[in-house]
Amino acid sequence: MQRVDPRSASVATICPYCGVGCGVLATPDGCGGAAVAGDPAHPANQGRLCSKGSALHETLSLDDRLLHPMLRAGDGLRRATWDAALDHVAQGFARITETHGPQAVAFYLSGQLLTEDYYAANKLIKGFIGSPHVDTNSRLCMASTVAGHKRALGADVVPGCYEDLDCADLIVLVGSNAAWCHPILFQRMLRNKQERGAKIVVIDPRRTATAEEADLFLPIAPGGDVALFCGLLVHLVANGATCDDYIAQHTEGFAQALDAAREIAPTIAATATATGLREVDVAAFFELFATTPKTVTAFSQGVNQSAQGTDKVDAIIHCHLATGRIGAPGAAPFSLTGQPNAMGGREVGGLANQLAAHMGFSSKEVDRVRRFWNAPRIAAHEGLKAVQMFEAIARGEIKALWVMGTNPAVSLPRADDARAALAKLDLFVVSDNVSSNDTINAGAHVLLPAQAWGEKSGTVTNSERRISRQRAFLPSPGEAKPDWRIVSDVATRMGFGDAFRFRSAADVFREHAVLSAFENDGARSFDIGGLATLSDEAYDALHPTLWPIRAGETQGRERFFGEGGFFTANGKARFVAPEPPSLKTATTTAFPFRLNTGRIRDQWHTMTRTGKSPRLARHSPFPFVEIHPADAAPLGLVDNGFACVSTRHGECLLAVSVTDRQRRGQLFAPIHWSDETSSFARVGSLVAAIVDPHSGQPEAKATPARIDAVAFKSRGFLLSRAPLRPTIAALGTKVAVAGGHGLLFASDAALASWRDYAASLGGEADIAEYLDEARGLYRVARFREQRVDFCLFVGREDARGAFDAATALFETGQLGVEQRKALLSGRSPDGAAQDGPIVCACFGVGARAIDTAITNGARSVAAIGETLRAGTNCGSCIPELKRAIAAARACCEE
Amino acid sequence: MSEPLVIIGNGMAAARLVDELSKRALGRYAIAVIGEEPRLAYNRVQLSSVLAGDADMAEIELRPASWWRDRGVTLLYGAKARAIDVATKRVSLENGENIGFSKLVLATGSRALRLPLPGAQLSGVHVFRDGADVDALKRLAAQRKKIIVIGGGLLGLEAAYGLAKSGADVTLAHVTDRLMERQLDKEAAELLKLLIASRGIEILLEARTTGIIGDECVRAIELADGRRLAADGIVFAAGIAPNMELARDAGVSTQRGIIIDDHMQTNIDDIFALGECAEHRDVCYGLVEPAYEQARVLAARLCGESDIYEGSVVSTNLKVSGVNVFSAGDFMGSDGAETISWRDFGLGLYKKLVIKNGRLTGAVLIGDTSAALWCLELIRSRADATQWRDALIFGRSLCERKAA
Repeated sequence: MQRVDPRSASVATICPYCGVGCGVLATPDGCGGAAVAGDPAHPANQGRLCSKGSALHETLSLDDRLLHPMLRAGDGLRRATWDAALDHVAQGFARITETHGPQAVAFYLSGQLLTEDYYAANKLIKGFIGSPHVDTNSRLCMASTVAGHKRALGADVVPGCYEDLDCADLIVLVGSNAAWCHPILFQRMLRNKQERGAKIVVIDPRRTATAEEADLFLPIAPGGDVALFCGLLVHLVANGATCDDYIAQHTEGFAQALDAAREIAPTIAATATATGLREVDVAAFFELFATTPKTVTAFSQGVNQSAQGTDKVDAIIHCHLATGRIGAPGAAPFSLTGQPNAMGGREVGGLANQLAAHMGFSSKEVDRVRRFWNAPRIAAHEGLKAVQMFEAIARGEIKALWVMGTNPAVSLPRADDARAALAKLDLFVVSDNVSSNDTINAGAHVLLPAQAWGEKSGTVTNSERRISRQRAFLPSPGEAKPDWRIVSDVATRMGFGDAFRFRSAADVFREHAVLSAFENDGARSFDIGGLATLSDEAYDALHPTLWPIRAGETQGRERFFGEGGFFTANGKARFVAPEPPSLKTATTTAFPFRLNTGRIRDQWHTMTRTGKSPRLARHSPFPFVEIHPADAAPLGLVDNGFACVSTRHGECLLAVSVTDRQRRGQLFAPIHWSDETSSFARVGSLVAAIVDPHSGQPEAKATPARIDAVAFKSRGFLLSRAPLRPTIAALGTKVAVAGGHGLLFASDAALASWRDYAASLGGEADIAEYLDEARGLYRVARFREQRVDFCLFVGREDARGAFDAATALFETGQLGVEQRKALLSGRSPDGAAQDGPIVCACFGVGARAIDTAITNGARSVAAIGETLRAGTNCGSCIPELKRAIAAARACCEE
Repeated sequence: MSEPLVIIGNGMAAARLVDELSKRALGRYAIAVIGEEPRLAYNRVQLSSVLAGDADMAEIELRPASWWRDRGVTLLYGAKARAIDVATKRVSLENGENIGFSKLVLATGSRALRLPLPGAQLSGVHVFRDGADVDALKRLAAQRKKIIVIGGGLLGLEAAYGLAKSGADVTLAHVTDRLMERQLDKEAAELLKLLIASRGIEILLEARTTGIIGDECVRAIELADGRRLAADGIVFAAGIAPNMELARDAGVSTQRGIIIDDHMQTNIDDIFALGECAEHRDVCYGLVEPAYEQARVLAARLCGESDIYEGSVVSTNLKVSGVNVFSAGDFMGSDGAETISWRDFGLGLYKKLVIKNGRLTGAVLIGDTSAALWCLELIRSRADATQWRDALIFGRSLCERKAA
């Protein structure tokens, strides 16, 4: 993490990663970069940043940026003027709408867009093009929560706020690896645990970093959540732990839901059987929950990404409604959102099953929005959700698509099919800030350069309904524009200029705020009428604000539903009997495992931003699959070897990580890599496209899969100033390194072929070579003016330490003689750079340095922090620090 | 009463033998050293430094006169032994003196070969072997003369470097296709050539000298391919021959050198030999290291201890023409051997290790020879080198860091 010079003008903005929505102070350096630090004044993070946030300054380069519009010309894309590109898009949409009807046009948006961008896009397609087919990557992320909230609470409202995590006595984390995915919130939970003695229960099939901090860990079988919370509901009733007054006054449907719960999990024993848990653990959890009034149940993708996600969300909410633990300090069901502005997208209604501003498609609501927008062609019914949208594209029903700021060719389930579908479009528009990704490379016809984080300005909403200003602190590069303006420019060219006369993001925001309050009268939870009259200056200066904030109010509302007041017709919350829990797919002899997908600590989405950061690359540089040792052994899978993971939909080649943190019968693979960054690691291509019937969210965590060991002759890495991708590397993964490009690879080529390859690059240059043919080792480096220009290591074994040491020298610049001599040794010349895998990404502290500190007597996380600073910023490495301390202790005892 | 021990030869082997003896049994022998050169024993290896002007003769003396005196050694330098009478156990000198011995050690060394070429007798044709040669060559160099060194082995390279450094215009002509072929593989030789050429010495390979042209004084040499190269002086550095004639004439068995057993003893009781004049198990060593090992074994033997010499693992560990060069063992890699190589010509560095059955059996190091002694230790001890394999070539400090 860098220090910001307090004398420089820093700009308060918001981190572009997860839904925690941390405040960031960015101080531009005047050369296109900036220093970043946590914003002490932001209530979400109070000055802290996680590893990803702390490395934001490493992601600002203009490498790989899309800086001007491009139009397809034959096989390639050619630079075009904005006029030509916008005309092409506007005329294309107009033509296709005219010929095939508005239903032939779709937009696919992103939780990375700002609220203003989202609003403009939603208004254009639903209001003016007249197609309901607008969906977003939030469908893959939070849709089950939206559906669960609406069904149970009457509106998509998060009932609590972050403070609840500070004052709860019990925090239950379900399907959430918050330690890695919401690190700053997780640190708040841990502080509560340390300072107030709050208990933490983690429910997850994997023993994640989060689980390692838990007082009680329930390694639940996939798909077991509904049964667990049904069992809990039964237990609460049986033990008189329910709040009958609350149930009677503020809810309906309790009896039916309880009946269903009793069918599903009548006893602790039955619950244990249905969830694959030990009875004693189930009982301990139930007891803890029953006796702790101030309980927050926080949940994330493990709950949402399920064909039964909506039932899971509601099974959790039921336990809070039944105990009246909602809307009180320290008591709430709490959805931890994945993306920085998934919430903003939900607020503007940028999803296929919402219209706008928390209004749906009832005729009354359609009429209201039609009048507000003056949009006679407004779409009058729900559109196709993400998975169905791409199926409709594949069938040729949708002929024109505009993708904004997301990478569906990687992230959708059955991603290979999704990618193939894109190639069928008559008009395929992508607005993004990168010039190449799997979606663009699926055959985009038009590329529109959008502003990136640091350049764009608008608002985002975090997981606790807090609207914050994301502010620009860098000039807009090339010809990039804000997304809302690109949308408005297209709209204007399509003849809808009157409805898109936005001069600024503030203009868009004000209209959005006015709509939220339009004919609202308290019936709709989302009301920011209090911000509708902000001046441009006030908008610029807007402090982070919770919604709702109605006209005349100066402060948002922290909590909902403590006294009922649900957004259903009768004001009562609804208990809904869940379907009996079951996974929608079955494992078979051919596909005996279940593939779980997820995230790693230091990467974000498809790595278009985090992939640029050298230090974030060090934690887990290679795409991998985790498997339990007992499953690995009979298949001949070894730690650090390779495997082919296949499902009915696709296959990937991944490095194997054998770990008992993984459940037996389960595989886990992270989602981040794409064809842009790796070969054969598009994990999305493996995932089944089976969706929740209510939310349309796909089940991304339980696809039947098989895994087979794969052997390669050699593996190694390549560092170079210019990007290189040798064709003889069968498997390659890009790794960010400062001042050049890194590639980790595996290969079946003979050593001689690698020598030929190096020779083909080397010429008469200043070369150093190391060769141990019998051991299959070949290393070569080319120098230019005493800098490493190119460096290749080939061997039979994983050379992680060598990669770290060589990278440090590659990044050093001019090398002295001893440094140059050390390069091909794969060892660090001074020991300092040879830190091993980076554990603390904030301060760049490696595993070896930590082991040394422990050896020298640092036997607590605090002691390590004092010595190395590791773990003292975002804290997301603390579980790993503890593991290292425990390992050292175990070692001593032996 | 001390037993009279006579050493013929006042070189490095003799000095080491005296040292070893005096450490074990000072006073047991009354030692006399007969040396042909008119000076105290000096470090012959460093003659090239003297030629290069980096040192003078006094600086390369092995021991001061007092050191010899303190050990009771009678030094007869500037004295040439003429004959050995085995029966009467006496050595006669050219100056007419006779010296009796109880034990005799032959440490007569070797001499530079003069190729039997037409013109080899001309004035201006030199060898590079002793202090007198150095004096002569320095005079030539000081006049910035054009000198051709014939022979691209260790000695030739040393002579060429010293001459060039002293101001001569030097060309080195070598008969084979690479320098120091007995110590270096092709790549090492190639790097050495580059490094030496960068010091201003012209190197001609596959250049067989067929004649030396001149009237009284050398004017040119003629090569087998017909080329003529002008020269004001010639240095023969094309091999050495053991000085064994004195021994042979006394009836001591000789072949290429004076034949000795594992105790340094010749075929005649009480007569021993060591160093470059000796031939042990069919090998004549032209290096100082075996002579030192032999001196240790011989001293033990003379003191009644049992130690045997089983031959030396030949190694070269020198600064050749200002370049660190180490070579040892099976550096070419015989059948079944595996090689590890590291070349970085930009740093003037080349290293090769030869491994057989998990053991280090040979090595070549150019440029950076800091690992030389360790390599030699591993070769000699035949220790398993598996654990060092991936790091050995990069030096000990990196290996041990790995182990730490």
